[in-house]
Amino acid sequence: MSMLGSYLTLAAVLFCVGLFGVLTKRNAIIVLLSIELMLNAVNLNLVAFSKYGAQPSLAGQIFSLFSMTVAAAEAAVGIAVLIALYRRKATVNVDEYDELGR
Amino acid sequence: MSSVFSQYAWLVPAFPVAAFAILTALGRSLSRAGAVIATIASLASFILSLIIAIERIGQNAEDYVGGIDWLRTGAVNISAGYEVTNLTSLMLVVVTLVALLVNLYSFGYMAGDGRISVFYAYVALFTASMLGLVLADNLAILYICWELVGVCSFLLIGFWYQKPEARAAAKKAFIVTRVGDLGLLIAILLLFWYMPGHALDFASIHNVFDTQSGIVSMSITTLIALLIFVGAVGKSGQFPLHVWLPDAMEGPTPISALIHAATMVAAGVFLVVRTFDIFEASSAAMTVVAVIGAFTAIFAATIGLAQNDIKRILAYSTVSQLGYMMLALGVGSVSAAMFHLFTHAFFKALLFLGAGSVIHAIHTQDIREMGGLGRRMKVTAWTFGIGALALSGIPPFSGFWSKEAILTAALEGDHPWLFIVGVVTAFFTALYMARLFFLAFAGKPRGNAEQAAHAKESPAVMTIPMIVLAALAVVSGFVQTPFKDWLGEWLTGEASSHGASGLVLVASIAASLLGLYLGWLAFVRGTLRPDAVSSRLPWLSRLLERKYYIDELYQLVFAGGLRGLGRALAVFDEAVVDGAVRLTGYSVRALGRLNTKLQNGQIQTYGLAAILAAVILVLAIAGRRFW
Repeated sequence: MSMLGSYLTLAAVLFCVGLFGVLTKRNAIIVLLSIELMLNAVNLNLVAFSKYGAQPSLAGQIFSLFSMTVAAAEAAVGIAVLIALYRRKATVNVDEYDELGR
Repeated sequence: MSSVFSQYAWLVPAFPVAAFAILTALGRSLSRAGAVIATIASLASFILSLIIAIERIGQNAEDYVGGIDWLRTGAVNISAGYEVTNLTSLMLVVVTLVALLVNLYSFGYMAGDGRISVFYAYVALFTASMLGLVLADNLAILYICWELVGVCSFLLIGFWYQKPEARAAAKKAFIVTRVGDLGLLIAILLLFWYMPGHALDFASIHNVFDTQSGIVSMSITTLIALLIFVGAVGKSGQFPLHVWLPDAMEGPTPISALIHAATMVAAGVFLVVRTFDIFEASSAAMTVVAVIGAFTAIFAATIGLAQNDIKRILAYSTVSQLGYMMLALGVGSVSAAMFHLFTHAFFKALLFLGAGSVIHAIHTQDIREMGGLGRRMKVTAWTFGIGALALSGIPPFSGFWSKEAILTAALEGDHPWLFIVGVVTAFFTALYMARLFFLAFAGKPRGNAEQAAHAKESPAVMTIPMIVLAALAVVSGFVQTPFKDWLGEWLTGEASSHGASGLVLVASIAASLLGLYLGWLAFVRGTLRPDAVSSRLPWLSRLLERKYYIDELYQLVFAGGLRGLGRALAVFDEAVVDGAVRLTGYSVRALGRLNTKLQNGQIQTYGLAAILAAVILVLAIAGRRFW
C-alpha cells in the first residue's frame, strides 16, 4: 500500500496549522513562522509526489531544494521588513499594522 | 317622398355650437349680450326644427340619412352622420323648444349672476350635444353626445360651485351616471363585435334584429339589450341609479327644467326607443324594462309624498314619470312612451319653471315656508296649477292622454299587475301634486314677514315661457287620443289598434281625482289631518322621508366598501410595496456596512475572507460532481 495518503495528510495538517497561525496569532514573528510552516507543507507534498506520483522522478525533490532556498531568502526579507516596522511602530502586534484600511 | 329641409338638419345643432364657441371665446366681456346670442341661436335651431317637423307631417316622408365617413380602417367604417326620421324630428322640436324657453326664462332667473355668459355657454353646449344625440345615425356618435350631455349636466349642476352641496351633487351625478354609461359602452362594443360588418348605425341594427334572423344569438341579444338598458337606467334616473337626480336639483332651476326634466333624462328613454328592435328580440329584456319602470314609478312617487323641498318633489316626480315611460316600452308600446315623453317634457319643464319663479320670489325651497302665494303670484299659480293637473292626469290636460295610453298598453299587453301599479302610481302622483300645490299656493303665508313682502310676480321674461308651456301642457295631449291615434301612426308608421278602454279611463281618472280630493281634504279643508299617517306609522313616514335609506345604503356599501378597499390597498402599498423597496435599500446598506467592517486594514481578515472564498469555491466545484 502506497504511503502517499499519509504524506499528503501530514502535509495538509501542517498546512492547516500554519494557516491557523497566520490568521489568528497577534505576534508578527509567529505569523512569519506560521508562513514557513505552510511553505514546508508544500515542500512535503512536492517530495511525496516525486516519490509516489504518477511519474516518479528526482525533479520534485530538486524543486523542493530550490523552494527551501527561496524560503530562506524570503524569511530574511520578511524579518528585515518586520524590524523596519518595529522601529517605526514599536510593536510586533499585527492588529496595529492596519494602515491598509486607513 | 323626400324632404327638402331634412338635409339641413345638421344645422340644428350647429347653431348652439356656434353660440358656445362665441361665448367661450369672448368670455365674460359679453355678459348680457352673450345671453342674447345664445337665445338667438336656440331660436334659429327651434325654427329650423319646426320647419323640418312640419314638412314631415301629413306626408309619408322618407327617412333622410346624411353625413361623412369618419373612421375608415380596413373593413370597418364608422360614419359621423345624422338621421332625420319622424321620431328624431319630434325630439328636435321638443328639445329646441324647451331650450329656447329656458334660455328666455334664464334672462330673468339668472339676472345679476356674474357668470351669466358662462351659464349660457354651458346651456348652448348642452343643447348642441342633446341635439347631436337625437340626430346621431349610429351608436358611436350617440355615445359621444351621450357623454357630452353628461359633462354639461355635471357643469351645470355644479354651476354654483361655491356651495358645497352643489359640488357634491355634481360629482354624484357624474359618478352615478358613469355606472350606466359603462353598461352602454360595453353594449356598443358587444354590438360592434357581433354585428355583421361591425355596423353600428341604427338602420343596420334594425335590419339585423327586426327580422329575427338569428345572426346574433338569443343570449347575446338579451345581454346587449340589458346593457343598453343599464345605460338608460343611469341617464333616466331609474331605480337603482335614481339617486343622482334629486340631488341634481342643487343646480339652477332653469337647468333642472331643461336637463333634469325635459331633455337629458329623457335620453335614456330615447335610447331604448332607438334600439327598440334589440329589446323586442328578447322577451326577457322587455320584462326587465317593464318591471324596473313600474317599480321606479311607484317607488319614486311614494318618496315624493314625504319630501318638503319643492324641487325635490318635482325631481322624484320626474323619476316616477320616466318609470312610466320605461313601463310603456317594456310592454311594447313605443308610441305611448314617446307620447308621454313629449307631454311630460312640456308640463314638467313648466312645473320646474314655476318652482323657479317661486324660489326667485321668496328665496326658499321649503314648501312648509310657503303658502298663500296664489294671491300674490297669479300667473305662476295658474300655470303651475295647469302643470300639476297635467301631471296628475286630469282630463283634458296632456298628461291624462299619455298616461292613459301607457295604462292601455299595459292592460292590452296582458300585464294586469303593471296596470295596477300604474294606477296606484297615478293616485300617488295626484296626491303629492295636490300637497305641493295647496301647501305652496293656497292658505296663509307661513314664512317670515320678509319673504311675504318679497312674494310678487316674476318679470314677463320668466312668465311668458311659463304661459307658452302651460298652453302646450293643455293641448299637446290631443295629438294622440284614444279616438285618433295620430302621433303613434306618425311615429311608427302603423295605426295602433287601441281604442278607448272604459276600464282604463275610469280607473285612471278615479285614481287621479281621489288623490287630488284627499290632498284637498288634508291641506285645504283640514278635515283630514296631514299627519294622520305619520303619527300612526312613524316608521313609514320616516322611511319615505329618508328615501328608503337608499343613499345611506349606497354610502355604506359602495362608498364605505370602496373606502375600506382603498384603506386595505393603502396598507398593502405601505407594507408590501413600500416595504419591499425599503427592504432592498436596507439590505444593500447593511451589506455595505458589513463590507466596510471587513475592510479594516488587517491583512489577517483579508486572508480569512480569501480562504473562506477559496473553500466555498472548492466545495462548489467538488459539489457539482454529486449534483
